[in-house]
Amino acid sequence: MGYKIIRKKVLSPTVKEFEIVAPLVARRAQPGQFVVLRVDADGERIPLTIADYDRQRGTVVIIVQELGAGTKKLGRLEQGEELADFAGPMGNPTHLHNLGKVVVIGGGVGIAAIWPIVRGMKQAGNHVTTIIGAKTESLLILVDELAGYSDELVVATDDGSRGVQGFVTTALQAIIDRGQAIDQVLAVGPAIMMKTVADLTRKYNIKTIVSLNPIMVDGTGMCGACRVSVGGATRFACADGPEFDAHQVDFDLLLSRLAMYRQRERDDVEKFEHEGGCKVHE
Amino acid sequence: MSDRRKKNSMPEQSPAERRRNFAEVALGYDAETARCEAARCLQCKTSPCRQGCPVEVDIPGFILHIRNGDFAAANEDLLRYNALPAVCGRVCPQEDQCEKLCVLGKNGEPVAIGRLERFAADYARENLPPAPVANVVRPDAPRVAIVGSGPAGVTAAGELAKMGYRVTVFEALHMPGGVLMYGIPEFRLPKAIVQHEIGALRAMGVEIVSNAIVGKSITVDELMNEEGYQAVFIGTGAGLPYFMGIPGENANGVFSANEFLTRSNLMQAWRADSPTPIFVGRRSAVVGGGNVAMDAARTAVRLGAEEVFLVYRRSRQEMPARHEEIDHALEEGVIFRTLTNPTAVRVDDRGWVSGLECVEMELGEPDESGRRRPVVKPGSEHFLPVDSVIMAIGQGPNPLVQSTTPNLRVNRWNNIWTDENGMTSRPGVFAGGDVVTGAATVILAMGAGKRAAQAIDRYLREQK
Ligand SMILES: Cc1cc2nc3c(=O)[nH]c(=O)nc-3n(C[C@H](O)[C@H](O)[C@H](O)COP(=O)(O)OP(=O)(O)OC[C@H]3O[C@@H](n4cnc5c(N)ncnc54)[C@H](O)[C@@H]3O)c2cc1C
Ligand code: SF4
Ligand code: FES
Repeated sequence: MGYKIIRKKVLSPTVKEFEIVAPLVARRAQPGQFVVLRVDADGERIPLTIADYDRQRGTVVIIVQELGAGTKKLGRLEQGEELADFAGPMGNPTHLHNLGKVVVIGGGVGIAAIWPIVRGMKQAGNHVTTIIGAKTESLLILVDELAGYSDELVVATDDGSRGVQGFVTTALQAIIDRGQAIDQVLAVGPAIMMKTVADLTRKYNIKTIVSLNPIMVDGTGMCGACRVSVGGATRFACADGPEFDAHQVDFDLLLSRLAMYRQRERDDVEKFEHEGGCKVHE
Repeated sequence: MSDRRKKNSMPEQSPAERRRNFAEVALGYDAETARCEAARCLQCKTSPCRQGCPVEVDIPGFILHIRNGDFAAANEDLLRYNALPAVCGRVCPQEDQCEKLCVLGKNGEPVAIGRLERFAADYARENLPPAPVANVVRPDAPRVAIVGSGPAGVTAAGELAKMGYRVTVFEALHMPGGVLMYGIPEFRLPKAIVQHEIGALRAMGVEIVSNAIVGKSITVDELMNEEGYQAVFIGTGAGLPYFMGIPGENANGVFSANEFLTRSNLMQAWRADSPTPIFVGRRSAVVGGGNVAMDAARTAVRLGAEEVFLVYRRSRQEMPARHEEIDHALEEGVIFRTLTNPTAVRVDDRGWVSGLECVEMELGEPDESGRRRPVVKPGSEHFLPVDSVIMAIGQGPNPLVQSTTPNLRVNRWNNIWTDENGMTSRPGVFAGGDVVTGAATVILAMGAGKRAAQAIDRYLREQK
């Protein structure tokens, strides 16, 4: 059957955008939800946030940062090729209504995830301050698109190659310090980033929502691989989330669980790159 | 000379050998042994065995064909009642069904009905030209949507296609088959057999849409109001894993049996070259006493765990698993810790499980299920060091369809309510299998699928 890639755009050497024909996903997709895809018939199930969708065309846009062997394989696909599986939309959508002044934070590939949220927040009538962060300028994505829907866009890079030097929390602290009222913060990115955002906003009692990214298998609530602890209760992030109240989330547990297969992942990447390398010599 | 009071034994891989591979354990009868076993059947006029079979297979009938060497006829006989004989012969709890009522069982062992069923189906699949599958689907017939492709959904789909209806099966996962694909391991039910049956369904004209999560991708109401399905059958199963709710259960190395088995079976993590990781460690504890627990324990053995413990709070007598699987697990070296219950998972400073804190149990008064209730033995606290823990203490119904279909009546465990025909509180919406009954058996799910198909047919005729 297959799910065709009708457009590929290289956003940075390791970040690729794909538009995929998947009418059953596009038909009900909403900001904050995700898909689970498999590159080929032997592939692992990879969860990825829905970056955009077009119901008329029946297409869904995903943005992939190449990290493990699976996402690297995905990143090498070209326009016209097909994915073996593409299921969704999974998880609950972001609550998009007029909250007043919101700060939306995206770090790394989390920037792709906040793109439809920023747009939705703006369309719902909010005053939107967007903070995006990455290691370095070349890893920043969607800057112009986000600027177009944000009342203010703040960029932070670890090395200072663009915008503020520092983390997204550096930028958030500056906004708090200048006395801006904030009705809600929504942060999507690496777990450690969401943890530091939560720690910061807890001090100021600012309501904060995070979108959790634990290890998943099915993404539909039937395995419990994605369990997280929120307010002391065990929840399945794929079915009960992925968004939760940041101040209730046990981030240490999330970080620990995310590391569960880390050694194995490193081995796989090496193997993939080794094998990929051999093929070039043939 | 074999003992006529005993079943002919079925060849198996030796425990030492099979501990290291995922190939099927039981190898099946050859033709001669099958005929010999069939000759044990007394051909009772009253055929009590039939009453034990949830779908009332004509057991003496198909056995007589085997005895006469007409294996094709035996298989055809079976298929009249049971669409998946190769599966049922392998996984039905025969000792609680047909074989329990067999007259020979009073004075020895019953006829090996399951083994004979398996033999006939395997023989036909392997040796006979595939029976020409008739695609009798009428292009103008009403359309029926089936949600879930486990035994219930697949059976309902097959029955409806035979009646000429246009049937589409929607499956959330990337492969159809339900528990037969993601839960029951290869060494007990080869996946090629399941896919063979799914292939037959497609040949009958049934369309199967995988990666379609009803409730998320599309709702039941949209199927009926926008996509033109005149009836819907919900067979979404009992796939929601339960945890015990004890401290430490979210540690690394603690898995639901569903996760562990899905990684191993559906994602093929048992193959060394699979991209999906799986962890078992040197010592593993499986909590539970049903088929799911046996499958998880035996998978852990094959994945290389040196010691696998089966921790169960009642005694071996109360274990709900098929007897054959309990025997197989013991033969393969699974260490049974019965009358034992975990009270906490001990977690090391890296966030990984280091063992189970347990108490011993004794059996007290019978509870509402008629089984004696386990109670804690005072002062019996002890520690079982392990590297992984697999929870196989039961599953609840998959909740997605219930939560997205207004006015669908459910009970307090969120099982879907149906009337005796399998119709839910929503006209035109039917349900069956584990999502209605709670986790049960393959054959009961198939029976429910078949009855619902008949009810859907009646319903659609009345609608005209
Ligand atoms: C490990 C294990 C071992 C077992 N061993 C035995 C045995 O030896 N003998 C025996 O008789 N029984 C056994 N059982 C029980 C038996 O497998 C089940 O009773 C039977 O499969 C139930 O069939 P079903 O069709 O109701 O549901 P399932 O087989 O659970 O199939 C349901 C299907 O629906 C899909 N689905 C769920 N939600 C949605 C949705 N929203 N949209 C689309 N699709 C959806 C699921 O992905 C799944 O494929 C075992 C179960 C397990 C887990
Ligand atoms: S379907 Fe199951 S219960 Fe019925 S005859 Fe076959 S093995 Fe026995
Ligand atoms: S990924 Fe399996 S339950 Fe969430």
